[in-house]
Amino acid sequence: MKLIYEKSSPGRPGVRMSSIKISPTEEIPAKYLRSKPAQLPEVSEAEVVRHFTALSRLNFSVDTHFYPLGSCTMKYNPKACEAAANLPELTEVHPLWPQLRGGGLLTQGSLAILYHTERILSEITGLAEFTLQPMAGAHGELTGVMIMAAYHRDRGNTQKDHIIIPDSAHGTNPASAQLAGYKVVTVPSDDKGMMDFDLFKAALNERTAGVMLTCPNTLGVFEMRIKEICDAVHGVDGLMYYDGANFNAIMGRYKPGDMGFDICHLNLHKSFATPHGGGGPGAGPVGVVEKLQPYLPISRVEKTRDGTYALNYDEPKSIGYIAPFYGNFGVVARAYAYILSLGRDGMLGTSNRAVLNANYLQEKLRPLFGEEFKGRCMHEFVFSGEFLRKHGIHTLDLAKGMIDRGIHPPTVYFPLNVPEAIMVEPTESEDRDTLDRFVEVMAELVELAKTDPEKLHEAPVTTPVGRLDEVKAARDMRLSYS
Amino acid sequence: MKKTPFCATSERDQAEMFEFLGIGDFDELFAEIPADLQSDLLDIPEGLSEMEMMQHIRKIARRNSTNLVNFCGAGFYDHYIPAAVNALASRGEFYTAYTPYQPEASQGTLQAAFEYQTAICRLTGMEVANASLFDGGTALFEAVMMALRSTGRNKVLVDQGVSPIYRKMLRCYTQNLSVDYQEIPLGSNGVADRKAFEAALDDTVGAAIFQNPNFFGCLDNLKELVDKVHESNALAIMSVYPMALSVVETPGAMGADIVTGEGQSLGLPLNFGGPYLGFMATTKKHVRKMPGRIVGETVDHKGRRGFVLTLQAREQHIRREKATSNICSNVQLCALRAIIYLSLVGREGFLEVGRDCMDRASYAWHKLAKIPGVEPAFNRRFFNEFAIRLPKDASDVVSALVDQGIAAGFPVGRYYKGMENVLLLAFTEKRTKEEIDILVAKLESVLKA
Repeated sequence: MKLIYEKSSPGRPGVRMSSIKISPTEEIPAKYLRSKPAQLPEVSEAEVVRHFTALSRLNFSVDTHFYPLGSCTMKYNPKACEAAANLPELTEVHPLWPQLRGGGLLTQGSLAILYHTERILSEITGLAEFTLQPMAGAHGELTGVMIMAAYHRDRGNTQKDHIIIPDSAHGTNPASAQLAGYKVVTVPSDDKGMMDFDLFKAALNERTAGVMLTCPNTLGVFEMRIKEICDAVHGVDGLMYYDGANFNAIMGRYKPGDMGFDICHLNLHKSFATPHGGGGPGAGPVGVVEKLQPYLPISRVEKTRDGTYALNYDEPKSIGYIAPFYGNFGVVARAYAYILSLGRDGMLGTSNRAVLNANYLQEKLRPLFGEEFKGRCMHEFVFSGEFLRKHGIHTLDLAKGMIDRGIHPPTVYFPLNVPEAIMVEPTESEDRDTLDRFVEVMAELVELAKTDPEKLHEAPVTTPVGRLDEVKAARDMRLSYS
Repeated sequence: MKKTPFCATSERDQAEMFEFLGIGDFDELFAEIPADLQSDLLDIPEGLSEMEMMQHIRKIARRNSTNLVNFCGAGFYDHYIPAAVNALASRGEFYTAYTPYQPEASQGTLQAAFEYQTAICRLTGMEVANASLFDGGTALFEAVMMALRSTGRNKVLVDQGVSPIYRKMLRCYTQNLSVDYQEIPLGSNGVADRKAFEAALDDTVGAAIFQNPNFFGCLDNLKELVDKVHESNALAIMSVYPMALSVVETPGAMGADIVTGEGQSLGLPLNFGGPYLGFMATTKKHVRKMPGRIVGETVDHKGRRGFVLTLQAREQHIRREKATSNICSNVQLCALRAIIYLSLVGREGFLEVGRDCMDRASYAWHKLAKIPGVEPAFNRRFFNEFAIRLPKDASDVVSALVDQGIAAGFPVGRYYKGMENVLLLAFTEKRTKEEIDILVAKLESVLKA
């Protein structure tokens, strides 16, 4: 498809932006001004609408396709939550108004949403206090490990120099730990897919600042010895960090705070149904136990004695400003609408069905793929496509074959500790017909891999482009149109 | 168990799935997990129907006041958003997709990102841009890390004309890293102090950070100062306001090495602080050190043009603790809004909006300067925002005007000691001559009182 710049023609008017002119009183010297206007497209409004509508139709999305992308929780994003968050009374509020004296009273609605969302997330996770400021999961991780660093500094724990992370963790965990000034110690998984307990104990010492865990982990496996792990870490005054990427499995049933975690982030764009946006914006609120409350980022939303909401900037031990304001308010508002819709029973009902769908799919697929990890899974599971290597077929080929059959592929080649990994997360949004259809497609693809692998190497053939040359992209570095 | 909203399985399906799995209820799915970990039923309200939820949120939302006439900017601006931006960005094919890991099934997102990167390059006068970062402040921090990695040095000089909110963020993010963070006070004419910068530039400085127009709205041409930064083998980082780039000299022409900024003004609502749009652009020389997702052009096996995420070897999912940054997602939907906005207003329209903003500010400056006791805080070179010095505490004045339905601006004393009487006012194309006249009249009467 042509680029918008290739559809441009000089003098074609876009949206009419201005009719009333006000005469300026001052001219600005030329040295401060650009000599030529930016070469933006010159395209009619109708053509812009057609262009982006046509582009949208080149995408797979939750609204158009089954999207079982493991570890991403691609559940349905309710339209009512969009409508609620798009109310002009919410979207048109300037973030600095509460900083004007008396201005807080102009934003009581928005502050109320922040306050109530924090309270509810605290209850759901069993943690004392929340901040909604982190703007993504990785941003929540960084906030969390910075809180860890602030805690240890405050306690005089100067010997703390590393964070323990299992090898199944998302890449963001080690990258975030490093940005908070910590070294990373990686612990392998055992044959059940859990963090190897003996190797973990061997790695733990007085210099351990904390442990970052995803539970259930990225293999879809619950860390059965979580209480022992927490006790051991607390024994060296370390802190337990809960990566909430997989919270959809346990929402309403288990609370990270009750398990013994001290810090936790949640991905509102996963468990709480806010849209992924083609790669953001998301939100990664962070909750902490009471002793870590003083280190949370500022500002803090508080309810005053007269029932109004106010912002508190006076927290001397706070790690400071991790965001310009109060986080991705628009995302938080969507999650709040979702939480109100689910309510007390809906939280548990949702995680129950997410786990049921995953187990159903896993059992249905087991005859095809054999068993990677025995037993029940949580909300997602991992298979290995290694047995197809002898036919010259890799997991990537299966993924491309799925695209031709109208299914967005699961996560592939992650987690890193499983060869030819295929990680499937169906979510609670899918009905049984969709799951059964997925099984049929997988069976068809495995059969094709064995009988006519060449056909799979050619996939996808139904998309606007076939497999793209990524080496060429990196070598040529054509990163903008010229 | 009550019906759970948004779940697809029927009671009958559920019973059959239980049977297939050989279980009697949901609890058996969790049977292997130690029972003492299970929590009690949550202490939160019962679920609401869609209608009840909407009524509830409408009621809360009405507690916000949205009929204020807004002259408050300070980096976040109340610009008009054409209706087609919302219409197109609300297409589910865009907003319910995820990161384009499967490029053949994501060409819509990828091509839009490539078009966005092109627009950012053309606005800033730079060679390459990434596909977006969280916001202008985190983008600036990422730029600092990128510059320090590139130069192998650890000191950063920050002009105090850089947004105080962003400087607070920089101090927060650098607290655990071996970064020597030093701020340079603003020059008396409201722009970067040349002499102070030249004196501070030594062979430990990896980056110098400027903002143009700066927090006070003052315009500068930083070319010569950037040359000095380069003479000491450091990189120049510039934080910019993209709407101003309709008319203001580009950071590329001034020699900037890394450009960042807040893209909210390009078709994103103010939304009480987010989601916003951090953008970043640089030169080809530094592209491999740039954080965040980058989309590149390539071809498929039949030679057809297509787009992919590229240079991924920089990123956390491959490099883990050695990555250029911990960031995973960007804010693709916000970048999409920006490219739709820029395409809709187009080359002429963008220039027109910029001039409208500038003209309104210029008109207001002239009128405000005539109020007895009011003085311009700095010079007359500004885009759409400027600071004035009042004969009274600016917070008191703003508070009195808020009561009269006007957000008269931002009192900068909150962030700058000794500037308690200084008020920062912003003017967008949405403000009318009548509204400006009312602002002037009411300000004058509050000052008299």
